[in-house]
Amino acid sequence: MSLLETRALTARYGDFQALFGVDLTLNQGECVAIIGANGAGKTTLMRSIAGVLRNAAEQILLDGAAIGDRPSDAVMGLGIAMVPEGRKLFPSLSVEENLLIGCYGRKAAGPWSLQTVYDLFPILKDRRQNPGTALSGGQQQMVAIGRALMSNPRVLLCDEISLGLAPVVIRDIYAALPRIRDGGASVIVVEQDIAQALKVSDRVYCMMEGRVTLQGRPADLSRSAIHDAYFGTTA
Amino acid sequence: MNWVDTIMQGILLGGLYALFAAGLSLIFGIMRLVNLAHGDLIVLGAYLVLFVTGATGVNPFLAALVVMPVMFVLGWGLQHLVLNRVVGTDILPPLLVTFGLSIVIQNGLLMVYNADTQRVGAGALETASVDLGVVTVGYMPLLTFASAIGVILALNWLFYRTSLGRAFRATSDDPVTAGLMGIRPKAIFAQATGIAMIVVTIAALYLGMRANFDPTIGPARLIYAFEAVIIGGLGSLWGTLAGGVIIGVAQTLGAAVNPEWQILAGHIAFLIVLLVRPRGLFPRAFD
Repeated sequence: MSLLETRALTARYGDFQALFGVDLTLNQGECVAIIGANGAGKTTLMRSIAGVLRNAAEQILLDGAAIGDRPSDAVMGLGIAMVPEGRKLFPSLSVEENLLIGCYGRKAAGPWSLQTVYDLFPILKDRRQNPGTALSGGQQQMVAIGRALMSNPRVLLCDEISLGLAPVVIRDIYAALPRIRDGGASVIVVEQDIAQALKVSDRVYCMMEGRVTLQGRPADLSRSAIHDAYFGTTA
Repeated sequence: MNWVDTIMQGILLGGLYALFAAGLSLIFGIMRLVNLAHGDLIVLGAYLVLFVTGATGVNPFLAALVVMPVMFVLGWGLQHLVLNRVVGTDILPPLLVTFGLSIVIQNGLLMVYNADTQRVGAGALETASVDLGVVTVGYMPLLTFASAIGVILALNWLFYRTSLGRAFRATSDDPVTAGLMGIRPKAIFAQATGIAMIVVTIAALYLGMRANFDPTIGPARLIYAFEAVIIGGLGSLWGTLAGGVIIGVAQTLGAAVNPEWQILAGHIAFLIVLLVRPRGLFPRAFD
């Protein structure tokens, strides 16, 4: 049985339907990447899994248990943590407080604590008294990732963690991924940079207009197949 | 006329206004809800203190300790059952609901008690004073001011030193992202209103001991609370105390010149601050 599964997941914002029957599986220990153009439904998928958007219960399963109708605070308590798009640090909280609040709703034993997050991103320890929003974009992203790790999640959802960052900073952030996986978290990364996604993941899903158009192991996917699935055209 | 004495009385009066305002500031700061029934809840608290002192004969301070948990539960329930249904991006529904609540509380108190003025007796404390050399000040105003400082210290500790305080601030910043941290914003709101009602009880204690009250005086107290919060700058409790002191000093100075000017002078001071510093004296760095 897979750790996390979506079954014919649909999601809508009012009259606008954003997802049309998405099937996705995440196995224990896996890193899955979701690629796709703007508006493909990647962030909607993440928000649905995290419980920010509510769905029918049986559309999202964790360990086979239906959780699609749970609100975000309950989903977080079950061990699904999200690094939201745009980082979303709390401006009234210092860096350290932003990290500490990451385990407000779930105090689980595991490798991650304030100390180990500072080991992962040493720069944050120097800046721990600063307001979270006073940091550079890359450092803010580190705080957002550390905040999600603090609850020792079973599933870590990373939504566009490289968005708006310089290549060298993106490399630093992704350098943390192996240690995060060694810590026991299974990971879903949403990424617009296809090369980056293929490099870090065990399996890739490509989405377009709310549907999965291609999936497979990076080694098995040809550039032209990805191009077609990404843009919906024939190269 | 003794100016030092007048200003001293004004500063101490500011403590009372800060107490009126602290609970209002707490609720607004966390859930952006302007509680128009705040003044009436203070009056309700005063009646509860009066009831406990009357029924048991204990002194008002002990009575307030008994009333605190009652008011906490009342605030928690009020938020859970009523206000959580209307808080959101639109600020009008909670305004209307708390406006209605204000009328309900006033008329409820008129039914249970009556329109006669009441007072919580504090015995010898009412008239006791201490000679500070230059001025003589009453124990009651000193105690009020000390309580205001105590309340602000306690609330600041709660906000900046505890896990619950972090959750309060995070929820105030961004309730959706707070949900991702396992925080349920509506549960946080209910706790915040409960805590605000404990502060309201302390304000009610001094309201009841220092002056006569009747079921309809709440809204007038609410105005001073609003002015103190706005002068201080939204989100800063020490600013709220400063705002209370400014109104208090303006009122006592106005009254010293001409008793008719007491209330007016406070409002004029408020308007002047608003003209010079529209965001208040100690605004938060961001909104």
